[in-house]
Amino acid sequence: MSVVIETPRSRKRPGFNLEKYGWMYMRLSGVLLIILIFGHLFANLMVGEGIHAINFAFVAGKWASPFWQVWDVTMLVLALIHGTNGMRTLVNDYAEVEWIRRTLVWLLWIVCATLIVIGILALTTFTPCGDASSLATLAKDGANVASLCTGK
Amino acid sequence: MANRPAGTLYRGKVGMWSWVLHRITGIAIFFFLLVHVLDTALVRIDPAGYDAVIATYKTWYIGLGETGLVAAILFHSLNGIRIILIDFWRKGAKFQNIMFWIVIGLAALLFLGFAPRHLINVFSHI
Repeated sequence: MSVVIETPRSRKRPGFNLEKYGWMYMRLSGVLLIILIFGHLFANLMVGEGIHAINFAFVAGKWASPFWQVWDVTMLVLALIHGTNGMRTLVNDYAEVEWIRRTLVWLLWIVCATLIVIGILALTTFTPCGDASSLATLAKDGANVASLCTGK
Repeated sequence: MANRPAGTLYRGKVGMWSWVLHRITGIAIFFFLLVHVLDTALVRIDPAGYDAVIATYKTWYIGLGETGLVAAILFHSLNGIRIILIDFWRKGAKFQNIMFWIVIGLAALLFLGFAPRHLINVFSHI
């Protein structure tokens, strides 16, 4: 007589399971972030002079293109939520006092939301050729964006 | 060791250390991300300030830090794919051990492609 042990399975629970969507989000955003961040690192650190070419004019040049605007906004939002949710997992694992755990999780999401707002505002309201202080810096930085602003 | 629990597939082995590394690299990347969003946002309010902050990114010591950051990103990315395969691929759990070493190998290969290029950029300008 052999003993049959059934495969353990959990019954499907009805209702909206936020943790399940969090779990799925980490995997989905993770795959997209690999593409976005590898592309970001390649364009900024591998091509040309790499880190040494990065300055205000470099960013202005990139953000003159809708392609990089969309790229960077997508990367910003996906990465901050991915990172914050990951840190939430760590806090849940290691914070043993309940009110400290709750406070830290709240703090994480507040920081996340603030940085998403700051990042989106910086990118969407960016007008390198529009104000005097920017133009003063442009003149110092050289032709890259100066030519961009004059349309040549 | 007589008292060591037998039959543990996880504790003290590749499964555990990949988990530990995934957490450590994740924390490092998260805190860099916070700083990086703020410093990039400077382009909107203070172009000269942005150039000043970015100048610190070009120093040799932060340059070494960036090299470490990219190493962390490479491991976290590839191990993330390993985790997804363990979750969704029928044979993922069976091959998790060998997949860990593939992750390490691929990360090392990509790192060797990146590090010389970046370090030359950093150290040729100090």
